[in-house]
Amino acid sequence: MSATLKAPGAKAAARPPLPAAAASRFNPKYLPLAATISLFVAMASLGSVLYTGFFSAQVFLNLLVDNAFLVIVAVGMTFVILSGGIDLSVGSVVALTTMVSAALVEHHGWSPAAVIPLVLLMGTAFGAFMGFLIERFRLQPFIVTLAGMFLARGLCYLISVDSISITNEFYSEVSQLRIPLWEDASLSISALIAALVLLAAVFIAHCTPFGRTVYAVGGNEQSALLMGLPVRRTLVGVYTLSGFCSALAGVVFTFYMLSGYGLHATGLELDAIAAVVIGGTLLSGGVGYVAGTLFGVLMLGIIQTLISFDGSLSSWWTRIVVGVLLFVFCLLQRLLVKRTSTSS
Amino acid sequence: MKHPRSAFGASPSRGRHLRPGEAGSALSLERGTAWGYRSLLAAAMRHRLAWPLITLLLLLAVNTAFNASFLHMEWRDGHLYGSLIDILNRAAPLVLVSLGMTMVIATRGIDISVGAVVAIAAAVAAWMIGGSVTGSVSRFPMPLAILAALGIALLCGLWNGLLVARVGMQPIIATLILMVAGRGIAQLITGGQIITIYYAPFFFLGSGYLLGLPFSLFIVVAVFTLLYLAVARTALGLFIQAVGINPTAARVAGVQARRLIVAAYAFCGLCAGIAGLLISSNVKSADGNNAGQLLELDAILAVTLGGTALTGGRFSLVGSVIGALIIQTLTYAIYSLGVPPEINLVVKAVVVFVVMLLQSPEFRAEIAIWVRRPALRGMRP
Repeated sequence: MSATLKAPGAKAAARPPLPAAAASRFNPKYLPLAATISLFVAMASLGSVLYTGFFSAQVFLNLLVDNAFLVIVAVGMTFVILSGGIDLSVGSVVALTTMVSAALVEHHGWSPAAVIPLVLLMGTAFGAFMGFLIERFRLQPFIVTLAGMFLARGLCYLISVDSISITNEFYSEVSQLRIPLWEDASLSISALIAALVLLAAVFIAHCTPFGRTVYAVGGNEQSALLMGLPVRRTLVGVYTLSGFCSALAGVVFTFYMLSGYGLHATGLELDAIAAVVIGGTLLSGGVGYVAGTLFGVLMLGIIQTLISFDGSLSSWWTRIVVGVLLFVFCLLQRLLVKRTSTSS
Repeated sequence: MKHPRSAFGASPSRGRHLRPGEAGSALSLERGTAWGYRSLLAAAMRHRLAWPLITLLLLLAVNTAFNASFLHMEWRDGHLYGSLIDILNRAAPLVLVSLGMTMVIATRGIDISVGAVVAIAAAVAAWMIGGSVTGSVSRFPMPLAILAALGIALLCGLWNGLLVARVGMQPIIATLILMVAGRGIAQLITGGQIITIYYAPFFFLGSGYLLGLPFSLFIVVAVFTLLYLAVARTALGLFIQAVGINPTAARVAGVQARRLIVAAYAFCGLCAGIAGLLISSNVKSADGNNAGQLLELDAILAVTLGGTALTGGRFSLVGSVIGALIIQTLTYAIYSLGVPPEINLVVKAVVVFVVMLLQSPEFRAEIAIWVRRPALRGMRP
């Protein structure tokens, strides 16, 4: 799977030198991604050696099943960060989506077939609104999405302060549905959606004019503007995409939790940013891969799995380890940037 | 930050060029008599603290209108009681963190780890004071516990500053590391529990009274005065503005940009530490997971409300204090109006949106065009 994912990225990077030269000399810009993947493999091997029952297909598939919503949110976040911005509102939009879904389905008796498109539209519009403010009035993404975060969380509490559990048949069936892959290994619908979103995002990032413009805007906005690229439309588009991804993640999260609650997914934006950074995307924009984000999420997942397999470590070690990982990867990126800037 | 300002549309400063008495008065002679007062008013409105002050006064007015005893203060049991005192007391941690945040933002940075540092400082203090139920003994002497908590908070700030100034990380990311790891560290110190403090002398910090006023007010005033003197009476403020406006130019001009940036983050960490002590003393416990939750966002909001731009450079300490008071008064108003407290977040969001838009030159230019268009149309032959 990773080979098919990396193919477009490899093609894009190999453009200046000849393909043969690129193959013989390792491009340093893949180093963060390579480091993430090797660390993931190392942790997986460590877990397999230390704990019995760790090395099974289901444990690894569960990384995707349990983190499906994080994959979807992080994919949207990758585009925002690639364009040089940041989106702090994602966690709250996920919570708002669960809340609206639960309220409409349970309290107003709406059909899920109407609710799901509606919440997707709502999240997309929310993202587009923030993108419009950022682009039209030259506001800082940090503050605009911060306000968006307050707004979405506040709206959750306006609907209800308490958790609303969902008893609707459609939701409970989808949440229990498993797609058997081989032997006893299986995937959930949510994981399937996450995988599809990921594939679509890789395609958008590397094979469409929009994706290329995102990279160009993140690299240097002025240059992109002078090149005649649709910078303003792309900036709005990036936040719209992130809003859509958050809403979709919210739908997936609703399947996962079977409830709507204003405190759902608190701090999800931090996890998403951490996953994107660990996946090798530079926060200054313009450099990074959607496929790397998948490994960033898997890395967060495997840390949790290792800690739960160990049993003696407390849950807060997850946070400390994630913090240390963030530090190491930021340091690595920093050194890379320094080396490339001194060599050129 | 990266947006090309000159590339689009109207010039950002267009609204400000059309002052009364210049081009405007020639266009509308029939309204000429009002210009004298208007230019005075306009001059006052152009003061950078005008909008924050108006917002605060409006909020106070709303509070007074709905609650007649809002401004009432009385002397009871040797203390001064009243809503205003209450607001000041509750705003103390936020004011402290906002002051630290102002210095960081003035150097073009941002510190999103302050909430985590608050939790760490509270956890250290609570652990060192210990949980003896009798309330007369502490595990270590209280001054030592306070010094240790402040020292660790200072170290957290130094760590952030070194990552930003020496390693060269983006401020958001450098402080994100501590924001993520910090709550884990705080929970590690408290053992995942909420530590309850029984040692009575420690309560004086957050809920004690000195000369009839809350003790936390004295701490805030002391920190503010020291900082204000350092910034206004020495060249420090100028240097920090220089670093915020253009780090490279400041360095070339001989300003020790890196040291200043490290010092700003260290100071911010220290402020968060003091805030952590106040909060843990006030609630008589330390909660690694929830202490100082969302405080970083409130502090950034307070600084922005006070008129300091997130792009660095010009900053206003008084503005940040007013910003923090606005947030606390808003919270108070929401509670006292009987509005469900859940709306707090929505109101905050709306306030942020409005303030952001008012600060945006593009938005003001657009509004100016909208307002002027009918007048200009009427003038056309």
